[in-house]
Amino acid sequence: MPARIPIVENILSANDELAVRNRAAFDRAAVLALNLMASPGAGKTSLILRTLEALRGRVRLGVIEGDLASSIDTDRAKAAGIPAFQINTGGQCHLDAVMIQAAMRELPLGSLDLVIIENVGNLVCPIEFRIGSHLSVLIASIPEGDDKPYKYPSAYRGVQALVVNKVDLLPYVPFRMDYFREGVEALSPGLVTFPLSCRTGEGLAAWADWLVARVTENRSPAAH
Amino acid sequence: MHELSVTQSVLDIALTHAERAGAKRVLAIDLVIGDLASILDDSVQFYWEMIAKGTPAEGATLRFTRLPLELRCTDCGRIFSPDADSFGCPACQSSRVRVHQGEELRVESIEVE
Repeated sequence: MPARIPIVENILSANDELAVRNRAAFDRAAVLALNLMASPGAGKTSLILRTLEALRGRVRLGVIEGDLASSIDTDRAKAAGIPAFQINTGGQCHLDAVMIQAAMRELPLGSLDLVIIENVGNLVCPIEFRIGSHLSVLIASIPEGDDKPYKYPSAYRGVQALVVNKVDLLPYVPFRMDYFREGVEALSPGLVTFPLSCRTGEGLAAWADWLVARVTENRSPAAH
Repeated sequence: MHELSVTQSVLDIALTHAERAGAKRVLAIDLVIGDLASILDDSVQFYWEMIAKGTPAEGATLRFTRLPLELRCTDCGRIFSPDADSFGCPACQSSRVRVHQGEELRVESIEVE
């Protein structure tokens, strides 16, 4: 005799539960975890390297790199003197909470203030998978075009900051900033936004100061 | 291609609840998926046939309820499905809108015997 069982459960609830545990582990170490998402080529690695320079002496930074294959990004981070761990997803299009759990064990969390997790370059798949970060940050870049909030709306939901990279290209690329910002505002009202250029360094100070403020908040006892 | 992970989770949820109910077989699964969730039904179906094989959910029908993206205008209250390239309110042209629907990604119920 067939019977219907009501469930009403989020499909990714198992991943979500593990993400909560990851976050608790970050909290125990008083480490702020940041999930950095963008399409390929938007400047995730460049932003991390620039951020490292800007935060040197102020914040102890570690990096978890998600890539389909290769360790190019991790090598660059290590060469710059940051504890870094590479997750090769072996073709999987996103990081998930299980991968982060394993990567966390490989980093000296006790001597870090901030871990930036570079997600796989993709504006679709990483969005649904929580990994246990405190902050999600999206990078959009000028050459990608001003219509991205309309074409990839889910990427602009649930993020706590938006970096608009490569603003040095604005004179050369048709990009309607008002149109772009209207789309962003509909999806994430009041989203804090940092127009900057990793190439020229313009705008990086505001981004770095914001990050330092978030790390400071996270270290204060009231945050826990 | 993140549908593989999503489909695996659907299977886990269905089997857990079927076992809890003492059911022998899962006949159907009702899924509610919003358009913002970026999930392709065909892709889930494709993976389903592979991963459900040999489990009590083998052969179960997947029933998809799709929910389109809807925005709500915070000025006039109108709820609407936006055009592909604009989020403005069609009634009052305001650009102050909020997401009303479209992020759903859940197993609603299963049918077992």
